[in-house]
Amino acid sequence: MVKQEQEIASRPDNTAFTQQRLPAWQPMLSAGIVIPGFVLIGLAFIGIGVALFVTSQSITVMELDYTGVERTSPCFRCSDPNVKNCVCQLDFSIASLFKGPVFFYYGLTNYFQNYRRYGVSKDDDQLSGDLDSFTSPSDTCSPYEYDSNNKPIVPCGSVANSMFNDTFKLYQIVNGTKKQVPFDGKGIAWWTDYNVKYRNPSVTPLRDAFNGTVKPLFWPRPAYELDPSDPANNGFINQDFLVWMRRAALPDFRKLYRRITEGDYAQGLPAGNYSLEIAYNYPVLSFDGRKKVVLSNVSWMGGKNEFLGIAYLVIGSLCIVMSIIMLIVYAKFKFPEEE
Amino acid sequence: MARESEDPAMTKASKVKRQRKKKPKENKTRTVHANILYDNAKGEENPNRHYANNEIKTTKYTLLSFLPKNLFEQFHRFANVYFVFIALLNFVPVVNAFQPELALAPVVFILSVTAIKDLWEDYRRHRSDQEINHMDCLVYSRAERRYVEKYWKELRVGDFIRLRCNEILPADVLLLSSSDPDRLCHIETATLDGETNLKQRQVVRSFYDLDCDFNPLKYNSIIECEKPNNDLNRFRGYIIHRSGRRDALYKENLLLRGCTIRNTEEAVGIVIYAGHETKAMLNNNGPRYKRSKLERQMNVDVFWCVIILLVMCLFAAVGHGLWMFQYGDKRPVFDVLSPEGTDLSPIMSAIYLFLTMIIVFQVLIPISLFVSIEIVKICQVYFIHQDMELYDEETDSHLQCRALNITEDLGQMQYIFSDKTGTLTENKMVFRRCTVAGVEYSHDANARRLAMYQEMDSEEEECTSHGGTLPRRDSVTSHQSARVVLRSQSTKSHRRTGSRAEAKRASILSKHTAFSSPMEKDITPDPQLLDKVNDCSSQMDFMRFHSQPTSQLPSDLADIIDFFIALTICNTVVVSSPNQPRQKVRMRFEMKSPVKTIETFIRRFTPSRLTSGSNNSSSSSLITNRSSNKGCSSLLSSPSAESTLTKLDEEQTPRGLEHAFSPVPPCYDGKGWNLEEGELRYEAESPDEAALVYAARAYKCSLVGRLPDQVTVELPHLGKLSFELLHTLGFDSTRKRMSVVVRHPLTDQITVYTKGADSVIMDLIRPPDTGSSKGKRQKKIVNRTQNYLNLYAADGLRTLCIAKKILSKEQYACWLQRHLEAETAIQGREELLFESALRLETNLHLLGATGIEDRLQDGVPETIASLRKAGLQIWVLTGDKQETAVNIAYACKLLDPEEEILTLNADSQEACALLLEESLHYIQAKFLCSSTEQATKSFHGSFAPFEIYSSSSPSSHSSSHTAAPFTVHRLGLVIDGRTLAYALDKSLEDKFLAVARSCRSVLCCRSTPLQKSMVVKLVRNKLKVMTLAIGDGANDVSMIQVADVGVGISGQEGMQAVMASDFALPRFRYLQKLLLVHGHWCYSRLANMILYFFYKNAMFVALIFWYQFYCGFSGSAMIDQWYLIFFNLMFSAFPQLITGTLDKDVSAETLQQLPQLYVNGQNSEEYKPYMFWMNMIDAFYQSLVCFFIPYFAYADSDVDLFTWGTPITTLALFTILVHLGIETKTWTWMNWLSIAFSIALFFTVALCYNASCPTCYTPSNPYWTMQRLLQDPLFYLLCVITPLVALLPRYFYRACQGTLFPSPVQVGRQLDKLPAETRRNILSLSRVKVGSPLSPKPPFLSLTKPSPEVCNKKDQRSFPGSKTSQGPVLQTVQQSGRSPLGPTDTERGLSDLYTLLPTEIDTLPYTKDAPPLSGGPHPPSSQDSECLDKTLEAADLSLSSWITSTPLLTQTDSVQLKLPPDGDSQCVTYTRSSEEGLKSDHSVHPAQRTEQAADQSLHTIL
Repeated sequence: MVKQEQEIASRPDNTAFTQQRLPAWQPMLSAGIVIPGFVLIGLAFIGIGVALFVTSQSITVMELDYTGVERTSPCFRCSDPNVKNCVCQLDFSIASLFKGPVFFYYGLTNYFQNYRRYGVSKDDDQLSGDLDSFTSPSDTCSPYEYDSNNKPIVPCGSVANSMFNDTFKLYQIVNGTKKQVPFDGKGIAWWTDYNVKYRNPSVTPLRDAFNGTVKPLFWPRPAYELDPSDPANNGFINQDFLVWMRRAALPDFRKLYRRITEGDYAQGLPAGNYSLEIAYNYPVLSFDGRKKVVLSNVSWMGGKNEFLGIAYLVIGSLCIVMSIIMLIVYAKFKFPEEE
Repeated sequence: MARESEDPAMTKASKVKRQRKKKPKENKTRTVHANILYDNAKGEENPNRHYANNEIKTTKYTLLSFLPKNLFEQFHRFANVYFVFIALLNFVPVVNAFQPELALAPVVFILSVTAIKDLWEDYRRHRSDQEINHMDCLVYSRAERRYVEKYWKELRVGDFIRLRCNEILPADVLLLSSSDPDRLCHIETATLDGETNLKQRQVVRSFYDLDCDFNPLKYNSIIECEKPNNDLNRFRGYIIHRSGRRDALYKENLLLRGCTIRNTEEAVGIVIYAGHETKAMLNNNGPRYKRSKLERQMNVDVFWCVIILLVMCLFAAVGHGLWMFQYGDKRPVFDVLSPEGTDLSPIMSAIYLFLTMIIVFQVLIPISLFVSIEIVKICQVYFIHQDMELYDEETDSHLQCRALNITEDLGQMQYIFSDKTGTLTENKMVFRRCTVAGVEYSHDANARRLAMYQEMDSEEEECTSHGGTLPRRDSVTSHQSARVVLRSQSTKSHRRTGSRAEAKRASILSKHTAFSSPMEKDITPDPQLLDKVNDCSSQMDFMRFHSQPTSQLPSDLADIIDFFIALTICNTVVVSSPNQPRQKVRMRFEMKSPVKTIETFIRRFTPSRLTSGSNNSSSSSLITNRSSNKGCSSLLSSPSAESTLTKLDEEQTPRGLEHAFSPVPPCYDGKGWNLEEGELRYEAESPDEAALVYAARAYKCSLVGRLPDQVTVELPHLGKLSFELLHTLGFDSTRKRMSVVVRHPLTDQITVYTKGADSVIMDLIRPPDTGSSKGKRQKKIVNRTQNYLNLYAADGLRTLCIAKKILSKEQYACWLQRHLEAETAIQGREELLFESALRLETNLHLLGATGIEDRLQDGVPETIASLRKAGLQIWVLTGDKQETAVNIAYACKLLDPEEEILTLNADSQEACALLLEESLHYIQAKFLCSSTEQATKSFHGSFAPFEIYSSSSPSSHSSSHTAAPFTVHRLGLVIDGRTLAYALDKSLEDKFLAVARSCRSVLCCRSTPLQKSMVVKLVRNKLKVMTLAIGDGANDVSMIQVADVGVGISGQEGMQAVMASDFALPRFRYLQKLLLVHGHWCYSRLANMILYFFYKNAMFVALIFWYQFYCGFSGSAMIDQWYLIFFNLMFSAFPQLITGTLDKDVSAETLQQLPQLYVNGQNSEEYKPYMFWMNMIDAFYQSLVCFFIPYFAYADSDVDLFTWGTPITTLALFTILVHLGIETKTWTWMNWLSIAFSIALFFTVALCYNASCPTCYTPSNPYWTMQRLLQDPLFYLLCVITPLVALLPRYFYRACQGTLFPSPVQVGRQLDKLPAETRRNILSLSRVKVGSPLSPKPPFLSLTKPSPEVCNKKDQRSFPGSKTSQGPVLQTVQQSGRSPLGPTDTERGLSDLYTLLPTEIDTLPYTKDAPPLSGGPHPPSSQDSECLDKTLEAADLSLSSWITSTPLLTQTDSVQLKLPPDGDSQCVTYTRSSEEGLKSDHSVHPAQRTEQAADQSLHTIL
């Protein structure tokens, strides 16, 4: 690099790398850089925050709790675990147009789908249609692996076993008559789940594949009869099943049940009175859980969530405050001496 | 014949065995028989069968044993065991958290990386073993009756091997025969100890006189020797001949494996030790393992991590138990029964969960930290190796890191212990001046010549032109005699002095001979002395012709000629000719002296050995084990001891005066003596010897040949004289002298020439009887010589005294008898020989003394100055005498003329105790008052422009209430070896340390190697500081080994120090860059990396911990297990390695220009214990942010577990990388690349992983998750805000700190940013006028500006050993001390402040906890003032007492603490002697005067 003298055997290489002289950028945390930096970041954040907040404000959300703990609740009767096949009806009204497409969720609280041993309790091979796993499910499904008669359970495991089985029907009360709001049950699960991850065994009819197996203990119907209305929505590729199998991250969660995209309701739910008919099956009182139904529309950033917007606003302002503080301190202690 | 001889040999062997049974002591020996005797016998009968063969195997593993053995070794590391335990835990179904196979991955990865590294190293060892084992050597085969070629590995103990010139020895061989006429064999031991001079080895005595070639078939002796050991310098044993005679074996008979045969055409020997039992192999103990301070600290924090881990697990377990408990019997739908279908009790599940959590949180213990540290250290070592500035062109050597794992210790040193000779000085001895018979010959021309070299040194460093024609010629022409400069043609330029290129060339040319730079060789003689020598020798020549006894020579002239003869022959210098560097000049010279009688002629020409048999009757009584069967076996002819005796017998017969000439040997070297004297080259074992021989040659008294029994000297007019060398009593460090016993060819007297340290020789001088005039003259000579010696020492010259002694024949016979007994003794031979030497070296006649200059190495004063500025305490431990050491210390700025010197010389334990006590009192009395001002001043003045210390003052604030900070005064301590021995006693060591640590520099003279190591150990253990020992010679080895970091100088004194060291430097001055730059960098890089590692792991693990609150403490993780496991191993691994390797907090230039920045490492400022916790807190904060921002952002949504967890992982990765970015000080393209690579790697892996297998990776099954996330705008929004929020506090803190109260290092960094020009200006300005208000910035926060009051409080010194003084105490004392002083004190304080603005920092800017010597604080009491009074009384007392002073020249102000020699007196005094030395050209600094005056007034007032 500098001088090429005659080489001697053990002379070190004179390169920028070996001599640790690689050109380098040395960021200096001096006030001159930091303060404008903070201001810029603050401004940008406030900008984003405002956008997010506005977006979030435009989203409408409606939550209806139907656990039935309170005596006044229409579902109070159904919350008794001894009552079977209970149906309760929940009335509500929408003051102005609930802009579509409206997403219909069911929500559970205090429900630990992320419980470790619960999450493990499934057999991916079985769910991808592997017939061998039908007859001998994986150990991970234990104790929901075989029933008391030692017949294999399909789909095995705790996750499948505990599948949410309340069903909902939404009616608009138009002039005293109930007009059913059509639900779109297609495409509520991940596309990859439906098309790649979960597979039914290639046996037709499907029910033959399930010969010699039993349905999960808590299920009213076997897997191949989950949706009588749509044969393609049965077995492991039932949309509701797929949604359930995607375990929620937190104990309070909601899961997409249906979308309201069709007919008169494609533009949203018009103002008016509505009635929700709930087939109340799922027991939640044993773990102090709550059940609810959520109606929401979505924006580009997903469902209603004001947090992010606020966070951006707060952090943006904080940056600006910090830059001001630094400026004051800096001005007080530095500037007089730099002259 | 061999058959015949076998039987007696066998019986002998059995006898030996029987003997061995009788004497259990002899079990420590090995018996070696010749193998050829047992060629026909089966393996079992060979008595040598138990000994190791010569095949070496340094590999650790075989193909089969590799896996188990390597694993076993790796599991010695606790961390590995831990991780394997965790991985195995995963296989237990109840507690498993991850897929068991996956959990094994990191462990397997780490283990296999290490295993592959080990395998590779082992393979390399195997390859080199193979190579060595398959080298050829000549082994005697009985079947073929000749030497046949065999592989080294086939060699066995007891084989005869023939060695040819330049062959490498395959094993340790006993030399039985040599083609050399003198029965010598020369070997080069460079590979063993690095010494380049040739060593002579002698054929075993019994085989000494063989005329014919050695015939292995006739050999039937048995060798008994020591068991294999690793002492290169020791070999003892004896050879038992068939006749039953025993001959002793010495190390001179043993040729060691690895050495090279030189100068000897052929040699034959028998293998004694082979293979792994050779001394070379036993010495070969691989690299050393030391644990650095940083690593020790790190291990503590790893331990804390374990605690944190357990606490977190426990917390989770309890939480889980409660969570389970709350459900009671109501079993929720998501509950999972145990495999048996029964419900688990909360307690049981809590216990299981505890184990699960350990698995989940395992990352908290940084598995990859250990591996990463190793990688980073290897890179650091690589960079240190590669540094151009640590490369010495002349020797073509660069720094070697021999210990790979303590690089960062280099940045934390606090004490440096340095050897002097060869370390600070060049160890190039140059004859400077001498005194003979009481007359001083100042050698002015020589002084000018040396000065010229010095000048050229500095000149040519600046101008880069070819320096070959620079004015050295002037120095030559200025000489009066044209022929005096004997310059070797081959080395036109000189090594250390020419321009770089010249020097390089010269070094290549003169590489073969050590100690032969022209500077050392070209001595300019003193004209007066030269005349005298000429005069004297011509007179002697005249006298010889006229057969006058030489005793008529005037005694001063006789002394002169004796002096030079002594210089020439009293050494072990070997002569060689430069044209064939390794060819020893080997010839005997015919004397010019006429042969007087034909009888002498005949006798002389008949080898005396052959006649010895006839007249040994008179001496047979002296030698008991002597052989009587001379006639029957020429093989076992007389040993040289006998011949010596024979000669003694001859002496008893009257003989002529002039008979001194030697027999012409049978193998007269045919080439003849046609070489010019100037071309002779001297190979010496020590540079002193060479210097003296060259000096004598300048006076034309040159050594021309050396044989074991004869030295040939050429004298002017007299020609070549051969001195019969009767004995050489080698140099040893206890005697500190060497002697030769010769028969003087002119006087025919047996003469002893002794050369040694003045302190010992002067004691051995025969006390002159004061009666005669001769005696008076003698006394005068002794006195004057002593004066000159002092003078030399004051000049920093190494002094040697030369003395002689003439033995009468009776005396000699008497001494010889006992000496021979000692020589042949088998037990305690060394001790006996030592005593024998002591008996001989008495009643000497002083001839003169020499002063040898040992020049300082380049840049030593600057290096010392900058190391000291860096806050390092430098102690010099030397074996030199006190005066020399002190003066060298002045020369290299270790001692400052302005500072006072405490000299401790005591004769007894009690005296030493008193001296130390007094010194302590003195220090207290003197510095009690001024210290605070000084401290204040140093805070202000040290580096005011950039407040290097103003920011470190808070730390002394904080520590002042825990322990008194300890200040270093402007004091130097000089202590001699004897006093040191007392001071190192258990009872005194604390006091000694208390004194020594308050002195700025400490100089231990006359210290033995053991004392050196004891001092280092003492300081290291008692003061709990990091110590570095640097030295170049074997005497420094123990000190180097004891210190935290041992540095060896690969200089001229062999490799022993280097072998023992952790780092080997070519020059002392490289220490500066090694410590200040590389040490600093290594430390700060590693410290930051370790902290970062802790942070990173904690931050990542805490994410999962927070999640436990939302999953019922069930050990569930939202982060996919793949990410969890590979996060540390892959995604975040590279940037930190790059930063840990390349980051430079401050540039090398600034670090060297501002040595104060080194304090950073000394105080461990990059990694203090609290920083671990700060980092942990920050980690927890950051993880909270990274957890809860996504938590709230995804609250009330239908997000699933891993779609939510993956952004968290990503955010954590971003945060961690940006965090590293904040901590990275220099961004090279590699940093950018590594960070980009990390991010790219994460996304690539994630995308591939999430696309690879739809049904695998249970339970997370993350198919298409990442792909979906990338389409989600929320993900990007999170990626922007979360890292920012997480890092805002740290960034804000750093920004504030960087601008508002920067640490010294940050100031240095800011300096780096300035344009080069400005920076140079600022730095030069700050050096010239430190303390000037150059800076626009006074200390930023006025809080930290130490007001005097504050300083007084915080600047308390502890007086260990007496009491711990806390704030109030000191204040009292100070006031009481101040009141009588009045204005004087303040005046001085002011003068200090203004005039003594520190060129050095007196107060160490760091505070060290004083050793806990005594308990709590004393209340301010009268006791203290009493104590002070006592001190002052003592001071008063000192005024009245008289004291001797050593002639310290340049020092203007010294304090002498001395005891009366009897030592029992309680009257210990010290006095202030402000003397002007003999050369008082040194002007007293005005400030010094003020201080002096102030002090004197102090005394007078009291």
